[in-house]
Amino acid sequence: MAEVTMVGAITMALARAMQDDPRVIVFGEDVAKNGGVFRATDGLLERFGDKRVLDTPLAETVIAGMSIGLAAQGFRPVAEFQFLGFAYPALDQLINHASRLRNRTRGRLSCPLVFRAPMGAGIHAPEHHSESTETLFAHIPGLRVVIPSSPSRAYGLLLSAIADPDPVIFLEPTRLYRAQKEEVNDNGHGLPLDTCYVLREGRDVTLVCWGPVVKETLAAAQTLAGEGIAAEVIDVATLSPLDLDTILTSVEKTGRLVIIHEAPRHIGPGAEIAAGVAERGLLSLQAPIERVTAPDTVVPLPRLEKAYMPSEKQIVEAARRVVTFS
Amino acid sequence: MKGDAPRASRAPEPPAAPAATDFVAAEFKIHYRQYLDAKGALVGKPPAFANDPEVMKSLYRAMTLVRTFDYKAVALQRTGQIGTYPSCLGQEAIGVGYASVMSDRDVMFITYREQAAQIWRGVTLTELLQYWGGDERGCNYSGPREDFPVAVPIASQATHAVGVATAFKLRGEPRVAVCALGDGATSKGDFYESINLAGVWNLPAVFIISNNHWAISVPVEQQTATKTLAQKAIAAGIPGIQIDGNDVIAVREVVGEAMQRARTGGGPTVIEAFTYRMGDHTTADDASRYRKPELISAAWKNDPLARLRTYLANQGWWSKENEEALISECKNKIEAAVAEYSAIPPPRPESMFDHLFESLPPALAWQRKKLMEG
Repeated sequence: MAEVTMVGAITMALARAMQDDPRVIVFGEDVAKNGGVFRATDGLLERFGDKRVLDTPLAETVIAGMSIGLAAQGFRPVAEFQFLGFAYPALDQLINHASRLRNRTRGRLSCPLVFRAPMGAGIHAPEHHSESTETLFAHIPGLRVVIPSSPSRAYGLLLSAIADPDPVIFLEPTRLYRAQKEEVNDNGHGLPLDTCYVLREGRDVTLVCWGPVVKETLAAAQTLAGEGIAAEVIDVATLSPLDLDTILTSVEKTGRLVIIHEAPRHIGPGAEIAAGVAERGLLSLQAPIERVTAPDTVVPLPRLEKAYMPSEKQIVEAARRVVTFS
Repeated sequence: MKGDAPRASRAPEPPAAPAATDFVAAEFKIHYRQYLDAKGALVGKPPAFANDPEVMKSLYRAMTLVRTFDYKAVALQRTGQIGTYPSCLGQEAIGVGYASVMSDRDVMFITYREQAAQIWRGVTLTELLQYWGGDERGCNYSGPREDFPVAVPIASQATHAVGVATAFKLRGEPRVAVCALGDGATSKGDFYESINLAGVWNLPAVFIISNNHWAISVPVEQQTATKTLAQKAIAAGIPGIQIDGNDVIAVREVVGEAMQRARTGGGPTVIEAFTYRMGDHTTADDASRYRKPELISAAWKNDPLARLRTYLANQGWWSKENEEALISECKNKIEAAVAEYSAIPPPRPESMFDHLFESLPPALAWQRKKLMEG
């Protein structure tokens, strides 16, 4: 077993998928010779050759669209978008084609593709490099939105995303790429999609989060434990389709819910989760639901990004408020 | 980070001296091809197939079936039996021409005015009525199983063609991705990104632009300052050629040459086929708001069917009796398709969940159940 960072685990998963399945090909801007701007595809060209690892022109629309053509032909394309802020040309292809090709041909054609894109703030990057716009993608029927938050989940979820028969957008929090090393067994086993992961059990409050803010949420849970508050931490992992059942089960136990995300607050995924809990679990709630999110502002340049991202302190305070509510 | 990649500059090496200079860095030409003029007379030496009555009659029969179907489809929309429908009146030679040189193994990417190619490829009239009648099952073609369904957003299908052409190239298969677009589509980035990638990867793809002069109400002069649409190929470093799209001989011949080139590793081609949209944009459009009626009467003088009929008759291959028999045969086929279409039960409401994913995620099961409960 190797100790790897999250970006290392992603490289490991890509290599494993390519080794086990000749249909898997990897392409995008700077992914071949340069190994990707975050080095997520480092070494793949040398290992698998230039027919399976391809540098494309700087053209996100055709990167997205050609993935659909390749997928319909039985390949398993894994396209890298350099940053989520540059992936928006792919929205047209995702909404109008990838997510509905199976549906509009009644299953005659399908679209098993993966779009990978780094997301989130916290690495002091220039404009458009710090986006948490997962909500845009989670609103598209027929598309899976998967967001890892640790090396082992990145490895397992990416393998499952590549093996999945339908389109998946796989969003990788940049500030977690090298935040943590973990032993990851390169055994080719995927982790289930469409399900939440309970990272820490607790009876007092449910903290629901995903992606970039999982680190802060786990730290908050640790702080709360010191105050005698046992927080249950749920990593949603697959934002769409959403496994609300795991969240409801937890809220039944704790009666209190805080949702944390770095996506803007307005019509963010937290709103959907809160509405779902209100519809199906209102009587379990012993306090109002709280959301700790980024504000509804443009992502600021790095000097203010700390103030923009949900902090451990904000999460702790929200949890205290719902736990002490009466 | 974006933009850090080294730029592959194709600028020519400047001469050593003098320091300031001005020379022709590159020159390009766009050719135009026509074999059969608007009066049905041959201009120049035609390709061999133009002397084959069976080939020429099969093209004419297909074009006539397409036109008869098209008239019927508009009538069906007017009487509420199908939904909004885009007439392909006047553009029959292009679709029939290019589809006639495709093999079953080639894959087609089209927009919504390509019924001619679809019918030639084996999409049934019933399936066309079903799709335009508002039922996704009409895209589950019984014929060309790998062909993409029509792309409505404009030019987006060019990117899919590039993906499929990449698949052919990676597998070393002698197959071609054939992409049909309209003149308006050439204004979109999707088109340029696609021909650019097709060029740089030398992909087996053929892009056929039906220049019917209109993108709904906007004439082609307002789409671009370029003298031709074919010259947009030059920006991608690939061959571009103009043809008379109402001359089925030119379409079949020039597309055939491009297909052969693509199939044998010679890379992609852009073909601009001149035609005219003789109908409204769709049945929901009223072209009299933006287009003078005399333009239509002028366009009828270039009718692709009339000139081919004249050619066939002049060769002694086609009689009035042949024509009457063909019309009646087309009408019978279409009536049978309309009857078959009308008898198909509507889709079940819950079928909108059937192919959303390969298997429905548990998170959506309750929504399906709720829909079934009504």
